[in-house]
Amino acid sequence: LGHGSGGQLMAELLREVIAPALGGAELVEDAAALDLGPARVVLTTDSFVVTPRFFPGGDIGALAVHGTINDLAMRGARPVALCLAYVLEEGLPIEELRRITTSVADASRAAGVPVVTGDTKVVERGGADGIYLTTTGLGVPTADADPSARGARPGDLVLLSGPIGLHGTAILSAREGLGFEAEIASDTRPLHRLVAAMLAAGGRGVHALRDPTRGGLASALTEIAAASAVGVELVEADLPVPPPVAAACDLLGLDPLQVANEGCLVAVVDPAVAPAVLDAMRARPEGASAVVVGRVVDDPAHRVRARTLVGSHRVVDVLVGEQLPRIC
Amino acid sequence: MATATTSRAARIEVHGTVQGVGFRPFVYRLATAMGLAGDVRNAGGHVEIRVRGADPELAALSDRLVAEAPPAARISRLLVTDLPATTVPEAGFRVVASGAATGAVPEVPPDLATCAACVRELFDPADRRHRYPFLNCADCGPRATVIEDLPYDRARTTMSRFPMCSACRAEYLDPANRRFHAEPIACADCGPRLAWHPAGADEPADVGVDALAAAEDAIARGGLVAVKGIGGYQLVCDASAEAALTRLRAAKHRPGKPFAIMVGDLRAADRLVPLDEEAAALLGSPARPVVLLPRRDHAPVAAAVAPNLPVLGVFLPYSPLHHLLLADLARPLVVTSGNRSGEPIATEDRPALTRLGPLTDGVLAHDRPITARYDDSVCRVVAGRPTTVRRARGYAPAPRTLPVPSPRPLLAVGGHLKNTVTLVDGDHAVLGPHVGDLADADTLDAFHETIRQLTRLHAVDPDVVVHDAHPGYLSSQYARRRPASRRLAVQHHHAHVAATAAEHGLRGPFLGVAYDGLGLGDDGTLWGGEILLASLTGYRRVGRFGRAPLPGGEAAVRRPARTALGYLLGAEPLGSPAPELPADGPLGRLPRGEVELVRRMIDRGVNCPPASSAGRLFDAVACLLGLGGAVSYEGEAAVRLEAAAHGRGDLRALAWRLVRRDGLWVYDPLPTLRDVLTASREAPVAEVAARFHTAVAEATAALVEQAAAATGVRTVCLGGGVFQNQRLTRLVLDRLAALDLTTHLPGQVPTNDGGLSFGQAAVAAAVLTGG
Ligand SMILES: [Fe+3]
Ligand SMILES: [Mg+2]
Ligand SMILES: [Zn+2]
Ligand SMILES: [Zn+2]
Repeated sequence: LGHGSGGQLMAELLREVIAPALGGAELVEDAAALDLGPARVVLTTDSFVVTPRFFPGGDIGALAVHGTINDLAMRGARPVALCLAYVLEEGLPIEELRRITTSVADASRAAGVPVVTGDTKVVERGGADGIYLTTTGLGVPTADADPSARGARPGDLVLLSGPIGLHGTAILSAREGLGFEAEIASDTRPLHRLVAAMLAAGGRGVHALRDPTRGGLASALTEIAAASAVGVELVEADLPVPPPVAAACDLLGLDPLQVANEGCLVAVVDPAVAPAVLDAMRARPEGASAVVVGRVVDDPAHRVRARTLVGSHRVVDVLVGEQLPRIC
Repeated sequence: MATATTSRAARIEVHGTVQGVGFRPFVYRLATAMGLAGDVRNAGGHVEIRVRGADPELAALSDRLVAEAPPAARISRLLVTDLPATTVPEAGFRVVASGAATGAVPEVPPDLATCAACVRELFDPADRRHRYPFLNCADCGPRATVIEDLPYDRARTTMSRFPMCSACRAEYLDPANRRFHAEPIACADCGPRLAWHPAGADEPADVGVDALAAAEDAIARGGLVAVKGIGGYQLVCDASAEAALTRLRAAKHRPGKPFAIMVGDLRAADRLVPLDEEAAALLGSPARPVVLLPRRDHAPVAAAVAPNLPVLGVFLPYSPLHHLLLADLARPLVVTSGNRSGEPIATEDRPALTRLGPLTDGVLAHDRPITARYDDSVCRVVAGRPTTVRRARGYAPAPRTLPVPSPRPLLAVGGHLKNTVTLVDGDHAVLGPHVGDLADADTLDAFHETIRQLTRLHAVDPDVVVHDAHPGYLSSQYARRRPASRRLAVQHHHAHVAATAAEHGLRGPFLGVAYDGLGLGDDGTLWGGEILLASLTGYRRVGRFGRAPLPGGEAAVRRPARTALGYLLGAEPLGSPAPELPADGPLGRLPRGEVELVRRMIDRGVNCPPASSAGRLFDAVACLLGLGGAVSYEGEAAVRLEAAAHGRGDLRALAWRLVRRDGLWVYDPLPTLRDVLTASREAPVAEVAARFHTAVAEATAALVEQAAAATGVRTVCLGGGVFQNQRLTRLVLDRLAALDLTTHLPGQVPTNDGGLSFGQAAVAAAVLTGG
């Protein structure tokens, strides 16, 4: 296995190993909507493995709550409850476990989504790396809205709720001691209230929602483009990349479009409702700097392109394995 | 005169580049002049002649076919067989119209520069085509850029929308006329017309003669004009007009890369660059490439044409329109492709008007559509041999022969930058025209379009797809998605040296010296300074350059200062100490924070892929010598390093050292780098740069010598972009010759990544054949 960095290899792993073994389940979405007769629910689960466990802007506990809430929100669901499972490595300081659990509790209280059950396992030293968290989330769908990765249509606008690149650079900097910690903090936060406001304003005009986590905006849009059989055209000048992130990415040789986020979302929206959706986003703190960053186009090749500052177009693609230079 | 009793009959098959070059009319005139009876036709990819005559006459005909062939023809083989005399008519010689192709792969003939006879007519006031910008004949004119379908016939070109006038038709149908079956034949009465769109104007203000005059007027006044050429739009201005050049650089977003200069004739070229026989022959060849040549000290062109470089790219007019511009304006012109840097050259009128119109003082268009995009080709004379830097107009897509035919039709999709693709059917390898850098979305579209066009025209449906081993190349990603019964990955540097071997008809074993920037190796590290024991079917690495981390990956490639830091702070330990980080000079001037960050990145292995690259070592040395800490185009630092050494002789080498590691001989670059730093304190940059080239050449010869001793293989193939460096190539060739080794250099196939697809094709064909 060498699939840790996300991107195309992870997609292949899912498509070729995991999905077939699970009876061909389609794993395009991050959460599944289930029809239970009279009731409909949305279900998701996510495991959290992060080094370091504490980083500027958050920790693994907050991340485990926000990540799962956001996966529900991206299907247009109102999160109702969370389950939390720990895998702990023998020797993990109890103090750390206490801090992380407090952080889980704080995040869940702030989001208004309670942790209702859970499980704890301890493995021997070396059997895990400190602590792994798995959160499962249950939500109820919003009436008259069904955002889906398959929903994008040519002509739709692409909206971004806030700046990109913060989480990934903050984690990398903290892990490797690169010194950007003072200026760059993770953006981890729950987005379900933002989504609720967007759906109230745009309803079924909100065609697709995605939180661009691992693989960044590039991955999120590539997945939407493929699932919806469309192309996406971004305008590089309109992408909100905070200057410290831009500087760090430049020095580290990273593409901000490929860096992970935990507190923003990308929405593909019918142009008719876009102004209302944008207003609704801007009225909330987590969407205060929402912007239009591109549009959906017809493209049989389902590509994502970005208009550069000089007016040409570059291909936006997903990382394949480790990032190795393609320049000769 | 042959009589029936003494004569016999023969069939002469002429193979090579013989279609679309005026070969049949030439045979007709020759046979008629010799009083021979028979006929000539295009058959598949060759020309077939059936002829009656006495033995001496038949022998003379064969000789003269070769000796007097049209300039663009290239005869590879004559096959003479006896025929029963009765099958050939006793009198008269006929040209038989092309039949349907007989199984062989049809060929798309490359475009041909205006021939001398047509140039004479162009400037002859008495001629009916006097100053007609689209004249041509069976020996010259557009081919690949007007062909819509094969076989090559007017009805299947973009000229089909111009019905011939009666005068043109008469010439076209007369076997004795040099315009017999000149498919793009035209005159002012029936052919394409120029149209002049002043700045921003959608509709033309002038057409025909007035359009040309208006464009020339704009250029003469120091303006910038877009001109629809043969394979795409071009941007044209006076080569001494600084203001126009500044606009041109801004319009193309091309701050530093040199521009090509078109001059009227060889004499005018010689005023800019001293010409030897090789250079003159290349400039005047029917492909009319841009030729990179050392410039004269006071060459009368603006500094902005090729800032700080001792080399100029020069070429001669190759279409009647270019001849008229050069003759009327009587001065060197900058003629460069009509695109923004990195984008494909514009070929369609609407986008060209929208994009180029606002940037220029006007667009000189015409109404003959361009069916395929062909940039100007670029050549360079290296060690007295013509080599190809960019293979496009005039060369592509003429097929090349593979040493091992492929049992299945295949498509090789090339690299990520300077992309070309190669389509193979049997031993026929169609190396397509230069596409460009695939990271640009429009260029990626052009890549798709080129593949569609080549496969359609040649009626080849490849069921095997061949690609680079780097999974991230957009060409590799295309290969993964294209339906195919089989996909083959070919290692980058194996493809480089296989391209050289295949061009020279070798199957191996040979020693491959692959020097370039970066390619993915089979051990997961990046390669670029490699000695391979190779054949077309496989390779084993037998020598390499020492590794250094590239802090920030591609960021290090764009900023040689970071590559230099990578060498000084993190080079692979090979037993010699790293030099101290200089407190002064280009590295000393870097922000302290950046140096510390890079140190940290290297220590922690953050986006610091290790590379054993020759090209990156050139970058690092260029930086240490103060030749620039950042680059605006690929290979710029290395180009500056070669330029810096210009004029210096073959100076003694800086220190170099080989060590043995894991069964390979490894060139340790650290002693050389230490010497660069020490020597540059006293000696001029030029001297250190020259001595560095010598060191790399000596280290190369030593690596090859070890490999030859260990393997007994005495044939060497050079490949990879670093061998565009004339000085290094000459030094390496000299030293390998002194070791009694036979060394091959690519000539027709680009040594840079433009040749990868051909190498991939050669490897795949051999692998599929099974040895
Ligand atoms: Fe290469
Ligand atoms: Mg998730
Ligand atoms: Zn001619
Ligand atoms: Zn005519």
